[in-house]
Amino acid sequence: MTEKERQQLLQQLLEKQKTDKLTPANRYKIPPQDMPAQDPIKRTSNVNEVATGYTESQARLEAMRCLQCKKAPCIKGCPVQIKIQDFVAAIADGHFTRALSIIKENSLLPAVCGRVCPQEVQCQQTCTVGLKYKDPTKAVSIGRLERFVADLDQNQDAVPAVAPETGTKVAVIGSGPGGIVTAADTRRAGHDVTIFEAFHKPGGVMVYGIPEFRLPKAIVQKEIDVLTKMGVKIVPNFIVGRTRTIEQLMTEDGFDAVYIGVGAGLPRFMGIEGESLVGVYSANEYLTRTNLMKAYDFGKGADTPIALSKRVAVIGGGNVTMDSARTALRLGAEKVYLLYRRTEKEMPARIEEVHHAKEEGVEFHILQSPKRIIGDQNSHVTAIECLKYRLGELDESGRRRPIPIEGSEFHIDVDTVIIAIGNIANPLIRQTTPGLQFNKWGNIIVDENCKTSLQGVYAGGDIVLGAATVILAMGQGRIAAAAINQHLEKKSAPVS
Amino acid sequence: MSHKILSKRRLSEDVFTAEIEAPLVAQARKPGQFVIISINSEYSERIPLTIADADPERGTIRLIWQRVGKTTAELADMQQGDEIANVTGPLGKPTHIENFGTIVCVGGGIGNAPLLPITKALKKAGNKIISILGARNKELLVLEDDFAAICDELIITTDDGSYGRKALVTEPLKEVCQRDPKSDQVVVIGPAIMMKFCCEVTKQFNIPTQVSLNTIMVDATGMCGGCRVEIDGKAKFVCVDGPEFDGHKVDFDLMIKRLNAYKDQEQQVYEQYKKHRCKIGLDK
Ligand SMILES: Cc1cc2nc3c(=O)[nH]c(=O)nc-3n(C[C@H](O)[C@H](O)[C@H](O)COP(=O)(O)OP(=O)(O)OC[C@H]3O[C@@H](n4cnc5c(N)ncnc54)[C@H](O)[C@@H]3O)c2cc1C
Ligand SMILES: Cc1cc2nc3c(=O)[nH]c(=O)nc-3n(C[C@H](O)[C@H](O)[C@H](O)COP(=O)(O)OP(=O)(O)OC[C@H]3O[C@@H](n4cnc5c(N)ncnc54)[C@H](O)[C@@H]3O)c2cc1C
Ligand code: SF4
Ligand code: SF4
Ligand code: FES
Repeated sequence: MTEKERQQLLQQLLEKQKTDKLTPANRYKIPPQDMPAQDPIKRTSNVNEVATGYTESQARLEAMRCLQCKKAPCIKGCPVQIKIQDFVAAIADGHFTRALSIIKENSLLPAVCGRVCPQEVQCQQTCTVGLKYKDPTKAVSIGRLERFVADLDQNQDAVPAVAPETGTKVAVIGSGPGGIVTAADTRRAGHDVTIFEAFHKPGGVMVYGIPEFRLPKAIVQKEIDVLTKMGVKIVPNFIVGRTRTIEQLMTEDGFDAVYIGVGAGLPRFMGIEGESLVGVYSANEYLTRTNLMKAYDFGKGADTPIALSKRVAVIGGGNVTMDSARTALRLGAEKVYLLYRRTEKEMPARIEEVHHAKEEGVEFHILQSPKRIIGDQNSHVTAIECLKYRLGELDESGRRRPIPIEGSEFHIDVDTVIIAIGNIANPLIRQTTPGLQFNKWGNIIVDENCKTSLQGVYAGGDIVLGAATVILAMGQGRIAAAAINQHLEKKSAPVS
Repeated sequence: MSHKILSKRRLSEDVFTAEIEAPLVAQARKPGQFVIISINSEYSERIPLTIADADPERGTIRLIWQRVGKTTAELADMQQGDEIANVTGPLGKPTHIENFGTIVCVGGGIGNAPLLPITKALKKAGNKIISILGARNKELLVLEDDFAAICDELIITTDDGSYGRKALVTEPLKEVCQRDPKSDQVVVIGPAIMMKFCCEVTKQFNIPTQVSLNTIMVDATGMCGGCRVEIDGKAKFVCVDGPEFDGHKVDFDLMIKRLNAYKDQEQQVYEQYKKHRCKIGLDK
């Protein structure tokens, strides 16, 4: 559809609406609006955002596809229960500012979540329109609509109101989405809030992991700026457990409550031969060098180098895998192979990312995984030896178990291997915080209010959930902040 | 928080030292630990440097570094009063300090810098200290006086014989190992190749040997795995599992290859920087 055709259709529908309501049949007829994107070939030579965002007519047409279901099943799919049918209706009517304020009642980071939420397994999975087509990608594009109004936000400098100072201090450890939300919500209640961040820049995975072409860093920075304007203090280069411990923060530095949002942060390797060869990276290292340290500008200002790869194998099937593969293309690789031991159906990555990766030329090798990595006499990677797999019975994760096929070994020539099979909990907080309880995977145990086993200490995000999502971390930040505010209210209430 | 350079000195042609404001690190640090610094937040590389000394009262740490590439050169060009954007730490496991008996501390080149705080702590714990310090030539030998002040015996070697004994550190190390009674522990810090050969010597005499590894790092919090080395065939992260390891178990050959992973690229930015210095007159 051209922009002109879209405008015509929009006018027709608006005319019709003046006299009678749109029927579901009318709405089903509106074609789903595709996300405009940079040309697949051109975009691999830049790091700019791939999806360029809806136009106004696209957004209104997409919003008109929503049936305004009475029970709005979509809301149940959203971890923070955004009032989806209301904000979508506001967009259909052209009331964009109102749409945004409806979203902001429940989500603090709409520009981020609209971009990176795995909508097809959340809000869009339960959408009636998607169910009718038996395809969540044909559901109302709730995330894209969210992004549309968030990007339009004219009221950028508005800073949420902060209650009068309470004199109580809150420490937030880690500046990922969970930390950002906890800081905002506890600061709004008037507490003196400090975020401690290990890296030199705040934002967590949104800054060092998720690439610029998917989530521009300026968007995250805007959220951080809002926090600063609200009076939240941000201390970078501060590693809790090393620079100071949680106990020191609470007993010596006067913090009344602590939120731990340190993320997962420990890369999983495969434990196969050759994993320490030159040219083998964890996805974390590859992405941090590129995103946080801007290795894509190496020699043009940036000092952090990265491998000058020609043929790259990326192992895994999640968002992190797609991000690594697409980053490798942008850094100049001629061939990028993605190896996954199950099939595309089992891939945890978002459908849109898989689609973008394929469009850009990433070669998918499903039902394959490396058995060992082979190097030359200088210990540089030259090839991987792979095994073919088949799917067996369902395993504990509810997916069919991959089983290696004996004798199916074959080689692929590569000079770089990126292991992107996930992250587990970093043990630093565990090693330095006596009394804090963890489960067997090293994740912090919390109750329904995100409270840990220690008085005044709360936790959320990936360190609690295992590697999860931005919106889940944000949701936990909300819960933790509410619990912290309540705890501090009780604590500071005069004893009668 | 700013990290101001309070004083800076040149120790030799390519070795510099500075006292830097970093109150929280100064308070928390223990011998054997390091910081990761970057000069600015946008484009600078993050590089690890050992905390050579610290003054918790003044809130300062001392760094000693050798100019080997762009970042260490840029640091060498900074002056008193300038600020380093980011200093993070203390990082790594502190050295295990106790009274072992007699300890041989072997330093090679800039390795003397990280070796000094460890030697001091071992001395304070009551150990007898024999130090062997090696350098390519007299000009490159640093911290001799600091070691002389705390050691029971000090042996200096230079590759070219311009000072001390003309030898590699492995020669006197072998002699000390042959003595009776045998020393109880050896600590070696220096270039990877030197640590490798020292470990080959001490292995023959079965003397436990600690080395401190200087791999390439990115975050230094255990998040990236870029610093990994193979210890007894298993991958370990130097930034969180180390930097000190049992030298007899380290795969030095692999470590050396990983250290060279970006050699050409590092050379490229260093050359660019040298040209730039020349243009703006920093080299005068
Ligand atoms: C490459 C990649 C792509 C992803 N893509 C998506 C996606 O498309 N959609 C989606 O929903 N999710 C995605 N995720 C997952 C998502 O980013 C995480 O679930 C989410 O960021 C977790 O948030 P968090 O609040 O737990 O903190 P994190 O974002 O994990 O941040 C934790 C912060 O704490 C800091 N920290 C750690 N230890 C300490 C300490 N001791 N002291 C001080 N600070 C500390 C860290 O430096 C970090 O900044 C992706 C993850 C990765 C790695
Ligand atoms: C725990 C630890 C403690 C250290 N303590 C000291 C110290 O007290 N004084 C000192 O002079 N040096 C120390 N080093 C080494 C120092 O970090 C490197 O010399 C420095 O990073 C080189 O940076 P550059 O940009 O100047 O040189 P580059 O051009 O980047 O590299 C030159 C050489 O340094 C090595 N190197 C490159 N990047 C890194 C990196 N990120 N980390 C480590 N090595 C790297 C390379 O193998 C190369 O051979 C330490 C390293 C570690 C891991
Ligand atoms: S926050 Fe995420 S899950 Fe919730 S409505 Fe928005 S896109 Fe859907
Ligand atoms: S389920 Fe889909 S169609 Fe129904 S209200 Fe939600 S978004 Fe609209
Ligand atoms: S430097 Fe990243 S894990 Fe050690």
